[in-house]
Amino acid sequence: MSDVKRIATRDSYGATLAELGTEHEDIVVLDADLAAATKTAVFQKAHPERFIDCGIAEANMMGVAAGLAAAGKVPFASSFAMFAAGRAYEQVRNSIGYPHLNVKIGASHAGISVGEDGATHQCNEDIALMRSIPGMVVINPSDDIEAKAATRAAYEHDGPVYLRFGRLAVPVFNDKPDYKFELGKGVVLREGKDVAIIATGLPVYNCLEAAEKLAADGIDAKVINIHTIKPIDEELIAAAALETGKVVTVEEHSVIGGLGSAVCDVLCEKAPTKVMKIGINDVFGESGPALELIKKYGLDADSIYEKVKQFV
Amino acid sequence: MDKLKLMKLANEIRKDIVVSVHSAKAGHPGGSLSAAELFTYLYFEELNIDPKDPAKPDRDRFVLSKGHTAPGLYAALAERGFFPKEDLPTLRHVGSYLQGHPDMKSVPGVDMSSGSLGQGISAAVGMALAAKIYGDDYRVYTLLGDGEIQEGQVWEAAMLAAHHNLDNLVVIVDNNNLQIDGEIDKVNSPYPIDEKFEAFRFHVINIDGNDFDQIDAAFKEAKTVKGQPTAIIAKTMKGKGVSFMENNADWHGKAPNDEEFEIAMEDLKKEGEALCQM
Repeated sequence: MSDVKRIATRDSYGATLAELGTEHEDIVVLDADLAAATKTAVFQKAHPERFIDCGIAEANMMGVAAGLAAAGKVPFASSFAMFAAGRAYEQVRNSIGYPHLNVKIGASHAGISVGEDGATHQCNEDIALMRSIPGMVVINPSDDIEAKAATRAAYEHDGPVYLRFGRLAVPVFNDKPDYKFELGKGVVLREGKDVAIIATGLPVYNCLEAAEKLAADGIDAKVINIHTIKPIDEELIAAAALETGKVVTVEEHSVIGGLGSAVCDVLCEKAPTKVMKIGINDVFGESGPALELIKKYGLDADSIYEKVKQFV
Repeated sequence: MDKLKLMKLANEIRKDIVVSVHSAKAGHPGGSLSAAELFTYLYFEELNIDPKDPAKPDRDRFVLSKGHTAPGLYAALAERGFFPKEDLPTLRHVGSYLQGHPDMKSVPGVDMSSGSLGQGISAAVGMALAAKIYGDDYRVYTLLGDGEIQEGQVWEAAMLAAHHNLDNLVVIVDNNNLQIDGEIDKVNSPYPIDEKFEAFRFHVINIDGNDFDQIDAAFKEAKTVKGQPTAIIAKTMKGKGVSFMENNADWHGKAPNDEEFEIAMEDLKKEGEALCQM
């Protein structure tokens, strides 16, 4: 699996924005001095008249996006997850969430895979923050194909959407001909009866690799990709728990408030099941090459394999 | 509309403010009363709006960035016919569409939900940018408190507005000189307000914000400005029109009791009668 094509989901976002901009006159893209990194520069080049660089002022950018949406446009406001969800949280809540305005937040550089910049720029709390806002859709795509589909789905959806993208080039694997992105619907990537591994974003591919290793040990793991964390696919998650009796969640995000918490919210009501949450364990990240950090923080295939094996 | 008629309307709006805040047993009368002339002028003279079609696409937009003075905005909207005046006393009651701070989803004529200070001006800049990008000729107005401009986001928004030469944007600062904790220059002085906006490349107009002649001249001047946004610094009196609320920070966010309500309404009744003698 090492010769697989790798693309960062932020690249998928930028490319799709430029396409959408050609298809739809009402799209306006905003950035806060990170266009080269969030890849909104691709849109800027194609549609400069509908690109607004707000400079390093994320709070204002979210309010400006709200005003554009109130005027009937479809703004995509982009920054790093840390600043889009973190610094501007209250602007997103009050100026976008409360009036349920049609603003799309494109947040790149989420999680520890930001790498060398270290803890100040590694946002492991954005899913928790964004999913707490009533009416906010939260999508965390796992590869290029899904990120492109998610960006399009965000445009089609009427209401606020938080899109989470990564800096690191990640394997492209959602390439089956029957792949279809449906907002709020999880995707079963592998059937299995012994344990359900429910993952989101970057580590989904690693979970598939871990499942192969588990299979060699006689453990049959079901792997589910939850790209939409809110609204979450309750039916699929509850059914997988009832089917396997054991659930493991995997995310490049804090174990507090992210996918793991969302899955537990579903299961405690619909199918009480023992759950192991794999994620960032209530700590800040650190500087280092992304792949080394993913290994150190236990989100690589080997680490996931070891943890699931012990759990099952 | 002649000046006397506007003055009478402003007095009616002041009565509406006192009635609704008294009924709510909570709310912000001081900054609503200080801006009564501004609300009146905007909704009866300046804005291109239609109460029968509150969402018409080419309407001028108004964002009450100092959203806590919703009683003033609601009074102006009701007097202008956007919704029944009889609904004003439901302010802040459970189930009422007249929320404590403006909710664009529930109140006809409210262009933006606001109330968290510093955020409304950003939305106004977004609306003005939308008009510029898409070639629409509506204008955008936003009213800020003088305490509100202590929020850093206000200056982020101001910087972007001037950068994009938003001459379709008018920022009005209700300079009543009082915030919750006292006089603004004793809490954390934003003065000189006019020079700050000038430094941010705004066209700045200083007026007495309780004087219709000066308000009228300022808004007319703003329409002639090209290539830059306008800031109108409106010196006003907090609590104006209600004797015991005037220039008193205690009435920033407090409702009158029944006895105080009677005094307040008597003050405004007398003012109304005086205006009828003119």
